[in-house]
Amino acid sequence: MTHTRIALAAVAACTALVGTAACGGGSGAASGKSADSGTYTFWDPYPQFDGSSAWAKLVGTCGTKAGVTVKRTAYDTTDLGNKALLAAQQGNAPDVMLVDNPVVSTLVEAGILNKMNEVGIPTTSVQKNIIGAGVVDGAPYGVPIGANTLALFYNKNVLAAAHIDPASITTWDTLTAALEKVKAAGKKGITFSAIGTEEGSFQFLPWFWGAKGDLTHLDNADGQAALSLWKDWVDQGLAPNDVLNNTQTTSWQEFATGQYAFGENGTWQLANAKKTGFPYGVISIPARDGGAAPAPTGGEFVTVPVQKDSARYTTSAKIVSCLTNDANLLSTDTTLSYVAPTQTAQNQQVSAAAELRPWVEAVAAARGRTSNGLGTRYPVISQQLWAAVQGALSGSKSPASALQAAQKAVENHQG
Amino acid sequence: MTITHADGRQRPSAVPRESEAGSGRPPGRTALGRRKGGGPWSSKTAAWMFLTPVILYLGAFYAYPLYRNIDLSVRHYTVRSFVQGDAPFSGWDNFHQVVHDATFATALRNTMVFTVVSIVFQYGIGLALAVFFHRNFRLAPTLRALFLIPWLLPLIVSASTWSWMLNSESGVVNYALHLAGISKVDWLTSPSWALTSVIIANIWIGIPFNLVILYSGLQTIPAELYEAASLDGAGAWQQFRRITFPLLRPVSAITVLLGLIYTLKVFDLIWIMTKGGPGDASSTLATWSYRLGFGSLLPQFGPGAAVGNILILIALVFGLLYIRVQRRQTA
Repeated sequence: MTHTRIALAAVAACTALVGTAACGGGSGAASGKSADSGTYTFWDPYPQFDGSSAWAKLVGTCGTKAGVTVKRTAYDTTDLGNKALLAAQQGNAPDVMLVDNPVVSTLVEAGILNKMNEVGIPTTSVQKNIIGAGVVDGAPYGVPIGANTLALFYNKNVLAAAHIDPASITTWDTLTAALEKVKAAGKKGITFSAIGTEEGSFQFLPWFWGAKGDLTHLDNADGQAALSLWKDWVDQGLAPNDVLNNTQTTSWQEFATGQYAFGENGTWQLANAKKTGFPYGVISIPARDGGAAPAPTGGEFVTVPVQKDSARYTTSAKIVSCLTNDANLLSTDTTLSYVAPTQTAQNQQVSAAAELRPWVEAVAAARGRTSNGLGTRYPVISQQLWAAVQGALSGSKSPASALQAAQKAVENHQG
Repeated sequence: MTITHADGRQRPSAVPRESEAGSGRPPGRTALGRRKGGGPWSSKTAAWMFLTPVILYLGAFYAYPLYRNIDLSVRHYTVRSFVQGDAPFSGWDNFHQVVHDATFATALRNTMVFTVVSIVFQYGIGLALAVFFHRNFRLAPTLRALFLIPWLLPLIVSASTWSWMLNSESGVVNYALHLAGISKVDWLTSPSWALTSVIIANIWIGIPFNLVILYSGLQTIPAELYEAASLDGAGAWQQFRRITFPLLRPVSAITVLLGLIYTLKVFDLIWIMTKGGPGDASSTLATWSYRLGFGSLLPQFGPGAAVGNILILIALVFGLLYIRVQRRQTA
């Protein structure tokens, strides 16, 4: 009976797409929790890790230590939020779920996550700005498994050929001047991702915040300055036109060709950076008038979805605590190439690999996208923000009018 | 071709079944009453048993999802009410919202342009190739097989390949233009080119379908007609205009209508190549519906379903047209 209901729900979800082909991947995906009380379900957005990976083994071990079997299912990260909503609708939510941090506030809004203190999971050791994305009305609803953020990778060869000292790049003006020099030397300037999805907003935010932009007033002069910076780069050929279609992965591929001086990308590319075959360095993204711009935090949160049987929480909490103790955080974040969310684990990370130091500093300066009470207003703002970026960079609107239209759309939506 | 066949076969048997279902379902109790009489109830039961799987299948995979989609579109869903299932009824609000959205006009216009231009070129090129291969020269079968490749490739492969080829910085198309001395075109990232680019890719993908159906349609035209025509002194163009095209009309009508229904709902190709961007420049109703429902971190199921239903209505019009054309042809 449950199976038919699940199947029907899946079909219903598919029809919402009307003729979109996205329904193919759902085969058996909705196999929620079995009635077996000794089996705990666990969802994560790491399909790249199969059953034999260190991560999957860690999840299994944490289950064994808590005296239960953990059944792990991995989903694509863009898919997980909607899968969780559907599962909750069917009363089938997993016992423990790892979700991308900006999704937490949406799931809290849906009423399907437990407060961490209600299930007895301490969160005090986690850095404030990292847990911020999971805090709604003062209460944390998840524990970060690790954090990542954005910085500028640079190609040492290209900078050397153009006689640029990376240490001199501290403001937007110095960065733009460097890009012009690189272009004059026959190489390409900077690549980033301005695609019309959440990734585009994620990449734009360091510049937006670096100009002291305000997400609740997209169209003020500071926001316009940030968008104009990007637009001028594209117009002058300092950044390629295809940033409009770049994901962070394709943007990385461009940087990895060795033709570009700078690439805006994340902590998770560190392992790939070593494979590029040219010497690279990392600087933090400069704010308009100097200093490091606050970048958005990325990374996932471990959450405990609401269950009918609240007796399950004790065991779920044990699993969460096991996954997020300092020793396990260290090994997990090393695998994921993330920065650990606690001071202790960060110190261990830096002493093991000094190259992580700029990233630890960047994470310390970073902000959650849904932090500061934005919560579920963020997704609406973000969608308009990436639309404005697309409108301005493609030349169909000026930065000012694109941001004004975005602000108006946000107000319409919320009013 | 297969489709015409299947329908042709269904028709004779479907008519009595339909009348049986029509009179048999609501007054099913009368049928029960007759059973006692020992009449043909066993054959009737058997008939119902044969029908059951179809009805279950149609119910589970057509009726229920459609009902859910309509239900989604007439309620005010938030993430919370989606989970708890207590979304208040909101009537036409979602439809009102999407129709008055700035994106609606753009998406509707793009859907129409995308569909019409795609069909015109797919049909035109498909017909030209079908006539060409109908001459049966050497290598014709091999070449014809090669033309089927777009059909055989998974869409994700062909769409990604197109998007690499049309990349403004490193794409092979811009490289070719550069060699020819033409300045580069921002195929996927310029508001004035993005729609054209996805249309070009879609035409390429749709040609084999038209080629195959039209080619098999050509086989049914008797060769004597051409012989007679050439005896009367008709040239190649006259033969095409006076024989091939008129006799191909039934097949053409079906091809074009099926193509219309198929092209209206194209989503994956556009999503992979441009995500409907830049801005809304290449958004169609299908991509917009997806973006509303699944494109942001905070899903808007109601409006997304409303756009989907509008798209279904448009497709339904063409579907009915298709049925009418088919009926006229079999009559």
